[in-house]
Amino acid sequence: MSSELRELYQEVILDHSKRPRNFRELPAATGRAEGYNPLCGDRATVYVEVEGDRVKDVSFKGAGCSISTASASMMTEALKGKTRSEADALFQRFHRLITSDPSRAADNSAPELGKLAAFSGVCEFPVRVKCASLPWHTLRSALEGETARVTTEETEASRGDAEGKVRPGGAL
Amino acid sequence: MSTSPDVRREPRPSSAVAIDIGAVRRDFPILARQVHGRPLVYLDNAASSQKPRSVIQAERSLYEEYYANVHRGVHSLSQQSTDAYEAARAKVQAFLNAASTREIIFTRGTTEAINLVASTFGRSKVGAGDEVLVSGLEHHSNIVPWQMLCEEKGARLRSVPINDDGEVVLEELARLLTPRTRILGMAHVSNALGTINPVAQIVEMAHARGVPVLLDGAQAAPHLAVDVQAIGCDFYAFSGHKIYGPSGIGVLYGKTSLLEEMPPYQGGGDMILSVSFEKTTYNELPYKFEAGTPNIAGVVGLGAALDWVGGIGLDRIAAHEHELLEYGTARLREVPGLRIIGTAREKAAVLSFVIEGVHPHDMGTVLDYEGVAVRTGHHCAQPVMERFGVPATTRASLAVYNTKAEIDVLVAGIEKAREMFA
Repeated sequence: MSSELRELYQEVILDHSKRPRNFRELPAATGRAEGYNPLCGDRATVYVEVEGDRVKDVSFKGAGCSISTASASMMTEALKGKTRSEADALFQRFHRLITSDPSRAADNSAPELGKLAAFSGVCEFPVRVKCASLPWHTLRSALEGETARVTTEETEASRGDAEGKVRPGGAL
Repeated sequence: MSTSPDVRREPRPSSAVAIDIGAVRRDFPILARQVHGRPLVYLDNAASSQKPRSVIQAERSLYEEYYANVHRGVHSLSQQSTDAYEAARAKVQAFLNAASTREIIFTRGTTEAINLVASTFGRSKVGAGDEVLVSGLEHHSNIVPWQMLCEEKGARLRSVPINDDGEVVLEELARLLTPRTRILGMAHVSNALGTINPVAQIVEMAHARGVPVLLDGAQAAPHLAVDVQAIGCDFYAFSGHKIYGPSGIGVLYGKTSLLEEMPPYQGGGDMILSVSFEKTTYNELPYKFEAGTPNIAGVVGLGAALDWVGGIGLDRIAAHEHELLEYGTARLREVPGLRIIGTAREKAAVLSFVIEGVHPHDMGTVLDYEGVAVRTGHHCAQPVMERFGVPATTRASLAVYNTKAEIDVLVAGIEKAREMFA
């Protein structure tokens, strides 16, 4: 296998995609949001239970590619016990990691990312950035208590699908 | 320039005259390149096909030797450009067996051709309470223009269901062709599944109810001989870039009687005979529908592409692709957990599939590293995906230059992805 492909599909990512953690609904959820990537049909529903300022519990359900499933799974593990602002800071950090210029990716690893650093290979695959970011955008909505559907087309520049003619949310 | 557009209408060549695949592949410079260190295996032809040297050369010659605007100058270059442009129109006429070059309108592609019909014919014929009928197989570009029209007019867009094999249910079509139906839009060949619709029969059914028919031929024109007079359709649209020609150029065929009564699409140069601030007299067909300086190089390139296709012969192309389809279908059926989506009896060389445990996106990425280009996603046919209960598929779509050895590379790549993810 090529080294770039191995970088993208690191063992920890394959593991989480095959055996996603916190893959369940959350009966005591204080927030819930549904994420949708219309280009590939990926769906992720993220549940959060916030107590005071802290994320007491977080989980997800849905179906997607290995990158989006692993991203959701590892996100839930990383966020438990974090405050809202810590969660937000982690998202910013993660987003920088997956959208950075590949030639400078090495500068971008940061200790606070922990296991999430495994997603560093994503920046080599621009069309897969949305896969990794979808659960995080959805989380942000869940934390804000929004019920609206999140779609990747409103959150990332569209560059994945040259044939795409129907915009998200279309009634088709 | 070649004057043999009628080659394909001669008696079907004996099966002994198989295509010379080596020679065909040498015509396409891009096929010599590598992707991620592997020889390119290009199986995304339903999205767009690669270009033979003769098409590239035709555009180059135009720009290097005789380019000028068309239908305007008295000078030599303009005359030469105009001749080349109109010669390409005659090639398209012969290619589709249209009755006249007046029935051949150049557009940006199939999408614009359908929008043209929806905006002109549609706007003048469809009113509140009327119905526009399409099928459950359509590409978004044969849905959305009609949806926009229906929204504007207060009309209703209806769709004919498809069965589990991905075939249009003709009994349902008969039921849905009502006295309110103003036009039927139908794919000749499905982009997502490869289904070849029985278009002559469908046109006959629609005409029996007085309903005109537009056929989306984007996926048909590159793969099977099209005779619009034999089919009997009122409109036929196809794109240059899927038939080994340039992108940004397409064709709308329309029957003269319908085109004549339709209002113009866009206003501007070339589509007028005379203009004053009081009144504009529109030009004759087909120029009435070609406002502005057209895609001259695209048209010339399309003409060269049709010459190239005519030189091989669509019957031989279809036979070669059918052999690949049968081989590919058999090979894919050996893969555990793989389900082919689209199993119509009449099918073009499209292999759309899903595999348990492997998401199409991951499949596409792994295959790319094997040098294999496929399309993954909903193929701009979300209603089709919904019908089969899948969010997306992986689609390998074949062309004249593909080989069985390339299908073997595809299958080996699929096995690799299964090992990783399933």
